[in-house]
Amino acid sequence: MNLTLRIWRQSGPEDKGRMVTYQVDGVSPDMSFLEMLDVLNERLILAGEEPVAFDHDCREGICGMCGLMINGDAHGPQRGTTACQLHMRQFSDGDTIDIEPWRARAFPVIKDLVVDRTAFDKIIAAGGYITAPTGSAPEAHSVPVAKADADAAFSSAACIGCGACVAACPNGSGMLFTAAKITQLSLLPQGQPERYTRVIGMVDAHDEAGFGGCTNAGECTAVCPKGIPLNTIGRLNRDYLRATAKRGGTPGS
Amino acid sequence: MDLFTEGDPIADAHAPQGPIETRWARRRFEAKLVNPANRRKLTVIVVGTGLAGGSAAATLAEQGYRVRSYCYQDSPRRAHSIAAQGGINAAKNYRNDGDSVHRLFYDTVKGGDFRSRESNVHRLAEVSVNIIDQCVAQGVPFAREYGGLLDTRSFGGAQVQRTFYARGQTGQQLLLGAYQALERQIGLANVEMNARHEMLELIVVDGRARGIVVRDLVTGEITSEFADAVVLASGGYGNVFYLSTNAKGCNVTATWRAHRKGAYFANPCYTQIHPTCIPVSGDHQSKLTLMSESLRNDGRVWVPKAKGDDRRPKDIPEDERDYYLERIYPSFGNLVPRDIASRAAKNVCDSGRGVGPGGLGVYLDFADAIGRLGRQAIEAKYGNLFEMYERITGEDPYEVPMRIYPAVHYTMGGLWVDYDLQSTIPGLFVIGEANFSDHGANRLGASALMQGLADGYFVLPNTIANYLAAGPFERVDASHPAAVEARRDVEDRIRRLLAVNGDRTVDSFHRELGQIMWEHCGMERSEAGLRKAIDEIRALREEFWRRVRVPGDGEGLNQSLEKAGRVADFFELAELMCVDALHREESCGGHFRAEHQTPDGEAQRDDDRFAYVAAWEYTGGDEPVVLHKEDLKFEYVHPTQRSYK
Amino acid sequence: MAVTGILLVLFLVAHMLGNLKIFTGETAFDHYAHWLRDIGTPLLPSTWFLWIQRTVLLAAVLGHIGAATLLALRARAARPVRYAHRKKVNGSYAARTMRWGGVIILLFVIYHILDLTTGHLNPQGDPGNPYGNVVADFAPARWYVTLFYTLAIVALGLHLRHGAFSALRSLGQQTPAGERRARAAALVFAIVLCAGYLVVPFAVLTGLVA
Repeated sequence: MNLTLRIWRQSGPEDKGRMVTYQVDGVSPDMSFLEMLDVLNERLILAGEEPVAFDHDCREGICGMCGLMINGDAHGPQRGTTACQLHMRQFSDGDTIDIEPWRARAFPVIKDLVVDRTAFDKIIAAGGYITAPTGSAPEAHSVPVAKADADAAFSSAACIGCGACVAACPNGSGMLFTAAKITQLSLLPQGQPERYTRVIGMVDAHDEAGFGGCTNAGECTAVCPKGIPLNTIGRLNRDYLRATAKRGGTPGS
Repeated sequence: MDLFTEGDPIADAHAPQGPIETRWARRRFEAKLVNPANRRKLTVIVVGTGLAGGSAAATLAEQGYRVRSYCYQDSPRRAHSIAAQGGINAAKNYRNDGDSVHRLFYDTVKGGDFRSRESNVHRLAEVSVNIIDQCVAQGVPFAREYGGLLDTRSFGGAQVQRTFYARGQTGQQLLLGAYQALERQIGLANVEMNARHEMLELIVVDGRARGIVVRDLVTGEITSEFADAVVLASGGYGNVFYLSTNAKGCNVTATWRAHRKGAYFANPCYTQIHPTCIPVSGDHQSKLTLMSESLRNDGRVWVPKAKGDDRRPKDIPEDERDYYLERIYPSFGNLVPRDIASRAAKNVCDSGRGVGPGGLGVYLDFADAIGRLGRQAIEAKYGNLFEMYERITGEDPYEVPMRIYPAVHYTMGGLWVDYDLQSTIPGLFVIGEANFSDHGANRLGASALMQGLADGYFVLPNTIANYLAAGPFERVDASHPAAVEARRDVEDRIRRLLAVNGDRTVDSFHRELGQIMWEHCGMERSEAGLRKAIDEIRALREEFWRRVRVPGDGEGLNQSLEKAGRVADFFELAELMCVDALHREESCGGHFRAEHQTPDGEAQRDDDRFAYVAAWEYTGGDEPVVLHKEDLKFEYVHPTQRSYK
Repeated sequence: MAVTGILLVLFLVAHMLGNLKIFTGETAFDHYAHWLRDIGTPLLPSTWFLWIQRTVLLAAVLGHIGAATLLALRARAARPVRYAHRKKVNGSYAARTMRWGGVIILLFVIYHILDLTTGHLNPQGDPGNPYGNVVADFAPARWYVTLFYTLAIVALGLHLRHGAFSALRSLGQQTPAGERRARAAALVFAIVLCAGYLVVPFAVLTGLVA
């Protein structure tokens, strides 16, 4: 396959950046999208040009490090697939492919297609955990968890923190990411004691980081490589409403 | 031999004595403690944020130490532990099927082909039960039964169901548990997190590990960082083979730099080749993808009986198929340990019966399981793995059998550590895959997660106190001669890499190195092959420093420069791996020497000559390396010929 | 957004039911229109209740617009650099047209008040005869008024379809089955409301109401 790529090039955070066109020939349909970029980079290096910087690590769809806007789709045209798992058989010979970084104020561009997603870590640090210092845990079987709850918690816990939800959201909101963690932990008995402080802490951290507000547009869940459902946001909203109602209440009630 | 000399034997100074069940408790009691008020005066650097590093950093911070954590990824949540699929072993015996701490200990020592330390493995089995408790308390969504209790499944090398799992994403869920605990400590300002930082040198002051030199991968800035102890949790070195199931960024640099500074490197040749990976599809291949070993619970492995049979799998009748694992190993069948399954696959492919492009593949067939349990049940168990397979290959495994082939997956070797997980450099601790400690010559499935978390949550936080009790140590800063020298070494190396400005890319060298290693130091090794490999590696390394082209400069993000530094270290490691493989004139676990096999092709150990840990000392690159032997004593599990028949 | 939206939706339902009284004939419709001004009497002086209603509605509208503006500003701030390749709509089209749809509806409401409340833009403009005003407004010769009205109502339908679902979600609707029900209910509600509003001008246009 021969392809025309238009790739966002930006030498650093201060650079304005622009789309640059490249030609890549002899692409195999069995290549992954990132392997196709590898081919381009090998060629650029030998031609004395700067290779395209892009984030990637596990290349098996689980670490969440890769993230590219491909023809306006976060992670490309195939649903439920990260960019590293997207294969070139999804494209046709002669295609023009636009490749851009995630765009959000909370995810500033570091270079080319590489963005800084530290904002997600800050949201987790603001409450996305169950406080259980090592050694303090009771016997695992002391608290049974209904299978349905465990399964639903797992579905939310499957989030890989790639940021596609933010990239696709018309509002630049990180609500699906935040809601996925809140849903996981609020479904489990172990997560109950911190349930309401967690939601307030995480939503506040989300807003402080400069993400937009959620309008339930549903773009996030459509591009999510792990299919995190939109109803997690409803769960977040419900917990948030209850938490704000409780905030002024009696401690411990 | 001209390649190495033999030095003094090495002994584990902190190895406790007495009945094996009492050793860990005794060591914890005898170890010195640090008063809670003094802990905040002590700083620990932790390099790596996987299961071992993440859990250690969180736990040390919870205990009150000041922790500085480093990782090369953009977030601690992305360490490669996240990719572990199958599960985590624990001797809970919830199934009432005869499991116990002792049986897990026994299975692991035997699975490791009697090349691991009994004391360490027993401790691992003991704390395995605490790990499950800890993770459940953190909200890790393990698979559960309808009654609300935890589900378990069986895994290779064991006849009990002791593997806890979270669909096919157990590593991810365990890592997120550790990551969240770590983030909590970051939020409380007990941990200073430095993501997108790579450790490039160890700083040793007066014989103690006192800090590291790091490069900020975003700004390119090089700084020296200090602490009272340094913990390396930087993972394994499978990427020396270029193609492996490791993440692209996995590297040996942190441990190799420590090795060059005096830490012994143990058993570097013990490499695990995982039997169930998706075969290579072409020259562009940049990494290999694992299909969880748990698939072997329900999938049946086969190849056509006839050579060169290129009919479609469903057109090959039952009696013309060779279910070779079930045939050769009737009692374990498809669930034999990894080293055995991998070599069996290589043997059938070498005999011309492999399937798929290049004949490098065997079928993993779910037709029977789908017929027996229904498609839905299979989907519930393995749905995500089947989808992943289809995305990569374009084939639907519900309809067509999967094609699989072995690939490099894990490295049992690593920096030598004593019972306290301390290396030969005082103050340098090594945990998780980065050390050599618990798996011997072969790791059993679902044991890597167990070891990483055991080290990080329960072992290191106890044993490091014994060392830190002597601290805080004398203050050092960037002007100390040792720090200045370490930093200058890092800067010189970067300058040299950038200055070559040759005509070959880093990846082209890495790929070629990988081919040499796979060919001669992979699933089967021979004296002639290894000697050839050493010559080829030396020649390629020389060429690397003459012809590599690293574009850009050291300022700012430069991914080519990062890769170049890592590949340069892989060259040195590769040579040591070959020397180690060459000197070990026996077959054991993942190390299979063609000259040493039983008449029916199984690994033949030589316990009289090789029941030891080979700990290698760095000698500067030009002199032959020095071998230090640590003898292994087996008081509880007596070495036998492993048999899974 | 959700709370003000729900107030407005309640008004829309009442307004639609009132409109439908046009099929009961001129006298009944005009009587209904006059009664609207007298609700609450004699407890309250005439038209007071109407003004209370109008005040609440105006507050809801301002609140709704205010909240929407805040969200839009946040969204703009959250993505300072736009994509070169415009994103396709993967989720719901209704959801992606909320802002422009809202502006169209606002313009329409202004026109609508000037037309049928104050009568300034109405060809008859007789405050005593709303029935006649309506009939004159949607006369076949003024087909463009009906067209504009129809477009606005369709915009309103889309707005309601996402708005109703989104309001339920914001108030904590959280199960997957509930989501399907909420989406279905929002769709049915939007269609019923559209039909209820459109049946009046089309009845005039086709001569059913004269």
